Amino acid sequence: MIRFVPRERTPLWLTLAVSVGAGVVALVLTAIPLALSGAPVLQAFLLMAQGAAGSGFAFAETLTRATPLIFTGLAAAVAFRAKLWNIGAEGQLYAGALATVALGAGLLELPPYLLVPIVLIGAALAGAALLLVPVLFKMRFGADEVVVTLLLNFVVLLFVQMMLEGPMKDEMALGWPQSAPVLDEAALPKLVSGLRLHGGLVLAIVCAIALHVLITRTVWGFRIRAVGENARAARYAGLPVGRAMALVGLLSGGLAGLAGASEVAGLKGYLTADLSPGFGYAGIVVATLANLSPLGVIPAAIFIAGVFVGADSMSRAIGVSNYLADLVVALSLLSVLVGGLLARFRIVLVRRETA
Amino acid sequence: MIAPTAPDRPDRTPHHTRPPVLSLSGITKRFGNMVANDAVDLDIRAGEIVALLGENGAGKTTLMSILFGHYVADEGTVHVADAAGRLAPLAGGSAEAALKAGIGMVHQHFTLAENLTGFENIVLGTVPLWRLGFGKAAARSKVARLMRDSGLQADLDVPIGKLSVGEQQRIEILKALYRDVRVLILDEPTAVLTPQEADSLAATVKTLAGKGLAVIFISHKLHEVLALCERVVVLRGGVKVADRPTAGADRATLAELMVGREIPARERMPASLGAPVLRLVGVEVGAPGERDRLEAGDLELNGGEIVGIAGVSGNGQGALAALVAGLKPPRSGLCEIVGQQATRSDPRARLAAGVGRIPEDRHRDGSIGALSVAENYVLETIGSPENQRHGLLRRAAIQARAAQAIRDYDIRCPGPSAPIRALSGGNMQKVVLARVLERAPKLILAHQPTRGLDIGATTDVHRRLLAARERGSGILLISEDLDELFALSDRIAVIHAGHLSPAIEAARLDVRTVGLMMAGHSVGEAA
Repeated sequence: MIRFVPRERTPLWLTLAVSVGAGVVALVLTAIPLALSGAPVLQAFLLMAQGAAGSGFAFAETLTRATPLIFTGLAAAVAFRAKLWNIGAEGQLYAGALATVALGAGLLELPPYLLVPIVLIGAALAGAALLLVPVLFKMRFGADEVVVTLLLNFVVLLFVQMMLEGPMKDEMALGWPQSAPVLDEAALPKLVSGLRLHGGLVLAIVCAIALHVLITRTVWGFRIRAVGENARAARYAGLPVGRAMALVGLLSGGLAGLAGASEVAGLKGYLTADLSPGFGYAGIVVATLANLSPLGVIPAAIFIAGVFVGADSMSRAIGVSNYLADLVVALSLLSVLVGGLLARFRIVLVRRETA
Repeated sequence: MIAPTAPDRPDRTPHHTRPPVLSLSGITKRFGNMVANDAVDLDIRAGEIVALLGENGAGKTTLMSILFGHYVADEGTVHVADAAGRLAPLAGGSAEAALKAGIGMVHQHFTLAENLTGFENIVLGTVPLWRLGFGKAAARSKVARLMRDSGLQADLDVPIGKLSVGEQQRIEILKALYRDVRVLILDEPTAVLTPQEADSLAATVKTLAGKGLAVIFISHKLHEVLALCERVVVLRGGVKVADRPTAGADRATLAELMVGREIPARERMPASLGAPVLRLVGVEVGAPGERDRLEAGDLELNGGEIVGIAGVSGNGQGALAALVAGLKPPRSGLCEIVGQQATRSDPRARLAAGVGRIPEDRHRDGSIGALSVAENYVLETIGSPENQRHGLLRRAAIQARAAQAIRDYDIRCPGPSAPIRALSGGNMQKVVLARVLERAPKLILAHQPTRGLDIGATTDVHRRLLAARERGSGILLISEDLDELFALSDRIAVIHAGHLSPAIEAARLDVRTVGLMMAGHSVGEAA
């Protein structure tokens, strides 16, 4: 018989081992459907690894894909720390992207050192505003934020489609529903010429470090942790529970909004309704894999991005569907959830005596 | 039937010649380097009431948890008598096996489903989930018979969350009895009862034991142990240090066995009264129809005195505590706290006014389990300049002050960075006390400050509250423990059904009078 004995504290190495182990277990489990589809398993994994990190170019592509995942991973991490279940990063990402083209595609004509910050701030505010509504509803009426944020995703996506078919449609785009391109002055700089890597990655890493400092070293971070761990005791101790939650909402929504700005102003150059292949949702997996640690979000995002990029290139080479990548991501979420059990409990095997 | 194997006619055999119904031998349990139980032997016979005494951390809870399958012993065996009276080994690590073998436990922290009714909680787990009808009428009549036989009365048809702590405990005991237990473990059962209720519980326990039930009684109230139990087993530091009949023992001997040293008598200075720190005139708290509400509170509390509030929980002391703590606003009446009129619910304003609050539930209100000892210590003062500068935490200063508090208050913990949930109840309460007393509060709300604590920790809390009183703090002590109220209070008021009696000098009251007032009699009737 198996028994779970709660641990008093989880050592750091175990937390790390659970995250890494979950990734490995997910990959190993993926071998089963790979083998079933008749593909050469070892070769497929080799191709995946090569596609994700086999060359400077491949790894740059992985980092490019990781950039929005760091933002959405941070958005989920900070919200989940405070037990604010924000499932709406996808919508907040689109809100940020919409603000980016609204501000950066011709409305303002300013030099880059003014326009880039304005666009980024505008995008963050748009994402933040979108999450603030569910947070206020939760606090005022007890509305469940999971439902509200999740449903808002569809509202926002439909709104984006409406704008792209209507007022924001680029007349030069030969009828495609896409926005006018952002001005060169609003674009995030490329990091290395010839690669798609852009300034969004630097911003994402800066945000991760800033969030880490905020959560561990500041009074507001303390309040966020206190409210997340025991809101009742936090209220009893006179901590500003409502304001801490509102701050978490602003941070989380703002970070997701930056993901949208980074994709539009750093990579694509214009907005389409298929800007994000689910970055908002994948951010939840990234944050969970990182055990809600802002610094841990960076490697977790790179891993998930590597899986997507690697699976893409592998599927092109041996003709296996690239949905395999989604499978790995889903399996690693499941593995990390099971692994979290190992981190919180010691597993003791007991031989059952017969009476 | 409570004990199906018990003979119908009273068994005249002396207990010590009967075979044991439960036998623990050589039980050893280690957590890391700590030995929680060290080769403990324990035999319980049918019809016997055995007290299990020991300070927090002495290993009582661990021993009972092993018996009940929450932990698995590293060494040693547990044998339980089957229906025919033959001893058989009990499978370790299975609460189900313990229940099946007829062992029932009423935990100090209840294990009830709050959204189910009392009746549903009692039958929960005894009927398979997939059965649609389960002979509800039969179950109902069995519960009714148990209530009649045991004298345990409680409302069976409202959700547990709406019942008082006392009623919840009665449901817990009924739940165990419903399962036809042969061995019943009661962990601190009288902590929440009025003296009259405690007496009636004692009578109940004696009746049940007379029918053959073996009872393990865990309590810190030594006079109860002496009055109720025939035998007492004392644990200290995981080792059984005594196993003797209660006949011939007195409170002092038992206390010294538990603590391992003599307990100093408390000294108490006469009160020197300061300015009023709490003034209530016709205060009403909570909406009409709410269970725990204050209907009419008049009270004046001065600096330098302790006013005790006696009452069975659920009679309005929760509302009174919430008002003083700043969690609920007064609906009407005048409420003056440290010279300021309080009209809103605002915990921070109370803290700023100089109110220190010791909450009733230190796990839910008093501490944040995942945060460290140091972080819990500064929970209320995190915004003050000694803890932060420009919004950045002064981590070194916080750690240093917490380390100082750990020394000053003798908090047993791995260090200031350890999560507070790793601490025992007594040590957790010391962190709360350190937090409250550090600010030299003018008014202290002490709501059940020693609930669930052992003698050592209780003595410590009492000593510190008396010291705060001597420094001039006014203390509002809300407690269900009359010994505590009489030991500490200068004046005592009784709360019943939302009405607060005038506070009377403790010297002019006795336990019996207060007990009757707690049951709703006026001072005149009770005296």
